[in-house]
Amino acid sequence: MSTATNTTGAGVSLRRSQPRYGERAIEAVLFLAALISILTTIGIVVAIIGPTIDFFQEPAVSLWDFLTGTEWTVLFADQNFGVLPLVTATLTTTVIALLVAIPIGLGAAIYLAEYASPRARKVLKPILEVLAGIPTVVYGFFALAFITPQILQRLIDIGTFSMLSAGLVMGIMIVPTVASLSEDAMTAVPQSLRDGAYALGSTKMHVATRVVVPAAISGIVAAFVLGFSRAIGETMIVVLAAGSSPNLTLNPLEPAQTMTAFIAQAASGDQPTGSIGYESLFAVAALLFVITVVMNYISIRLVRRYREEYE
Amino acid sequence: MTATDLIHVGPAPEQKPVFTGRGHDRSPKERGFRALLVACLAIGIVFLVVLLAYVLIEGWPRLDGALFGNQASQLRPATAGAQAAILGTLWLMAGTALISLPIGVLAAVYLEEYADRDKWYNRLIELNIQNLAAVPSVVYGILGLGLIVRGPLSLGPVLIAGAIILALLILPVIIISSREAIRAVPDSLRDGSLALGATRWQTIWRTVLPNSIPGIATGSILALSRAIGEAAPLIIIGVAGFLTFNPASMFDRFTALPIQIYSYASRPQEAFIVLSSALIVVLLLILLVMNSVAIYIRNKYQRRW
Repeated sequence: MSTATNTTGAGVSLRRSQPRYGERAIEAVLFLAALISILTTIGIVVAIIGPTIDFFQEPAVSLWDFLTGTEWTVLFADQNFGVLPLVTATLTTTVIALLVAIPIGLGAAIYLAEYASPRARKVLKPILEVLAGIPTVVYGFFALAFITPQILQRLIDIGTFSMLSAGLVMGIMIVPTVASLSEDAMTAVPQSLRDGAYALGSTKMHVATRVVVPAAISGIVAAFVLGFSRAIGETMIVVLAAGSSPNLTLNPLEPAQTMTAFIAQAASGDQPTGSIGYESLFAVAALLFVITVVMNYISIRLVRRYREEYE
Repeated sequence: MTATDLIHVGPAPEQKPVFTGRGHDRSPKERGFRALLVACLAIGIVFLVVLLAYVLIEGWPRLDGALFGNQASQLRPATAGAQAAILGTLWLMAGTALISLPIGVLAAVYLEEYADRDKWYNRLIELNIQNLAAVPSVVYGILGLGLIVRGPLSLGPVLIAGAIILALLILPVIIISSREAIRAVPDSLRDGSLALGATRWQTIWRTVLPNSIPGIATGSILALSRAIGEAAPLIIIGVAGFLTFNPASMFDRFTALPIQIYSYASRPQEAFIVLSSALIVVLLLILLVMNSVAIYIRNKYQRRW
């Protein structure tokens, strides 16, 4: 190739004849830095998979009992390995949190994207984002020390620990996640769609609810999915406010231990390495990791879809 | 409401909407809907205000010198402090920053300036970073427990282990925000540098990075403030709630503010509630300072091309 261009005499190649080894080395270092993220994922899988396999090879444990058993008493003398009580607690707190976060987050997003003046938006959006910056241990403390005794116990008959209290506070924590992603999706909807609806005589509410929200729906659903994945992975709020006893119930007024709360409790109890209690926390973590990765992947795909549609 | 409110979101601001629907704004349905939206926003803001007021009022009596001067105590909540936790958090912040910043910025430079998006491995790295950004923090704790604190490295629950875990936790956030800052540098600057004969790396080091530092700094400070509020991964690796000595090196055992708050908060006595409220105020003040610095840097140095 190069001889062919040289023989024509059309010009000298602008490429340096000698490769710059320093430049190549720098690129390699940068690539290694980017590779650390892949190594992190591999590290997570490696860390989880070994003890999880050991867990299911224990004579007392079977995969079937793990997935269908209704009692989780790993840290007690009489051990049962049914993960369902942890799953129902996680589901209950997550559903409560989403029932709070989805309407409030979506409402706030519609207001910020369609109604607020640029000035109001400039003030209101950062305030909402402060909520996202508050550490979750603070939310957990607030649920335990204020929401339960000062609000819930005055309205209903409820104990110190309950899934309701944890779920409500978790919902507020997720509002900024839902709101900011949904708002991004709504802002990406082309103005021409709104103009078209206005030209047909639509009111502002109709434009927001029947044009903008449907047009941004994949982004909005992505926000919900991400909120879901944050809710099932949230730890400190449920550890502090939902209690630490595994409890197979969907009743939000009762205390129950979620998957993450169990992981935190078992780990802080200093289980000896290789014991069945130690292995069990990795098995629960494996379940949690698989669920969140699937959720995240769905969310990423949905966001890509709306980006492709309008950008 | 003015007509301009409707066009700030649109891609073509010069096209004014012909009809804005404003004529119907006064119907009860429209006003009710608007009120509902405002209420959604108000719930979040009221919650925030009540939370801040509660911890401030509750913790006020214990925002004293003993909080910083004394060590933690399970028996004497009235005089107990959190010196080891406050110092531990500062150590942890420094360690996390030292590990996550160089890796995060270099990775961002690779993805923005070098990576060929048609290569499968580059797409895999991007997808992987997006996924890691949403992996729950307990899972990073599990990674630390299984590989760093016990298992192959077996360092124990020491500062460096905590710093590595928190650094990995915020790495995706640092990479994503640094990429945005690097992307915001216009290509004309790169072309100018290359045209003068600079190599690719010289262009990045002397032109692209200096111009993207404000954005990188802002994003990194916000990511760090997320890291120092994290309790879950530290609990998983076995960081103790009551430690009465200060860390002296990165290989010492330590405790941190969120852990200290957690261990005080899980005790029912009123004095411990007061104590945890006071510590929450300290933690929120540290976060406030960090966020203010980030916003200051953004407003002062950020350029728009």
